[in-house]
Amino acid sequence: MAEFRMPSLGADMTAGTLIGWMKGVGERVSRGDIIAEVDTDKGVIEVEVFTDGVIDKLLIEPGSKVPVGTVLAIIDEESPTDEDKQSSNSQGTSAVSEPTRLPRERAVSTGRRLASPAARKLAESLGIDLTKIEGTGPKGRIQLGDVQSAAKILNATSSEAVARIDSKTDRSARMRAAIASAMTRSKREIPHYYLHTTIDLTRALEWLDAENTGRAIKDRILYNVLLIKAVAIALRDVPELNGSWEDGRLNINESVNIGVAISVRQGGLAAPALFEADKKSLGQLMLELRDLVERTRASALRSSELSEPTITVTSLGDQNVETVFGVIYPPQVALVGFGKIIERPMIVDGTVQPRQLINATLSADHRASDGHRGGSFLSAIVRVLQEPEKL
Amino acid sequence: MTRNQMKAKVLEVLGEIAPEVDLQAIEPDTDFREQMDIDSMDYLNFVIKLDEEFKANIPERAYTRFVSLNACVDQLESILSQRPRG
Repeated sequence: MAEFRMPSLGADMTAGTLIGWMKGVGERVSRGDIIAEVDTDKGVIEVEVFTDGVIDKLLIEPGSKVPVGTVLAIIDEESPTDEDKQSSNSQGTSAVSEPTRLPRERAVSTGRRLASPAARKLAESLGIDLTKIEGTGPKGRIQLGDVQSAAKILNATSSEAVARIDSKTDRSARMRAAIASAMTRSKREIPHYYLHTTIDLTRALEWLDAENTGRAIKDRILYNVLLIKAVAIALRDVPELNGSWEDGRLNINESVNIGVAISVRQGGLAAPALFEADKKSLGQLMLELRDLVERTRASALRSSELSEPTITVTSLGDQNVETVFGVIYPPQVALVGFGKIIERPMIVDGTVQPRQLINATLSADHRASDGHRGGSFLSAIVRVLQEPEKL
Repeated sequence: MTRNQMKAKVLEVLGEIAPEVDLQAIEPDTDFREQMDIDSMDYLNFVIKLDEEFKANIPERAYTRFVSLNACVDQLESILSQRPRG
């Protein structure tokens, strides 16, 4: 038997509220399946299960707020694997009288609709029937925007609108408190060192322009993706920056999961992971980044995206920032910051030329690495970005 | 589609990208980035949505030109007028 617990989705999370179960007693789950939705300071998170088995018990009622680590469900790992054995569904025991099952893909046939967690939550708060909304997402999935449009049509009353704003303000305040807690811990515990270099992006941007010319607008690649991929590849040279510092020692992670700092409209941020960014094509990373930005802003992230980043990249060029001096997100051991691309004169082969330059900074944990290695890492980023066609 | 109808539709798309913005207060000739908090990803999503809404098939070279309300309408008018009818 395995215990499924309220996960910690970052150093700043102490508790979460179970919104609903996605699976019922007797149902088979595989590693990576979404088993529940949990409301946290970072929004509604789809929580994945990390074991294969059959759900034996659901212990917590939807609506309950419980501390991180609380056992939420029991999963029987020994259960037979045959699908037909699932006929024992009705015999499963449940401490939860009537588990609130939320509509998922398989529920479509029963007349219920596929919807993103954020869309479902908004619809619920506005009392809108999801079955009456047309979804514009993949497979007709109802997106947040669909519910917002429906709300406009239904002319949601002002009191409902006020309630929505209140809940948003509350979320924003809680997110602020969570960031405060994580950043305080970071500055209290992590002896940061900072290194800075200027990177000539002229070649990379010329290459990217040519690359984008052959692509449809919707497949366009933003330069941020080049930077993310370059960081991911450079980490192969200096793996000690890719991991976590826990219990007094460095754990180097084999997968390079880049946490991308994404601002939430009107305050706050989250840094969910782009998994194995070093192994993915630029086109694939761009697709995943777009999806991640959309889901971060719609409060619809998955648990692994928040708990498994191994390093953070933050890019503040859009805000006219030239140089970032970042604070590491514990228990990670490094953060890479990029500023704005600025055209400046630079001496190349003895002549002054206009070049597209960007400032890159490394904030690193001095317990886990030294400046010499940090310097090698920045050098590797510079080198990788001079050969954009290899990214 | 008239210019005013196009403007209304552009604003509708903008409202989806930046829901907090007061669309009535948008100055038509001022750069969006000076009037609201939109980053390069928002801008990309904005252009993609315009492309879909107007079925415009926006060429890559025009990508950077959708910077203000009037610029959007000018660009879309120009792109749509060059498209063969039928």
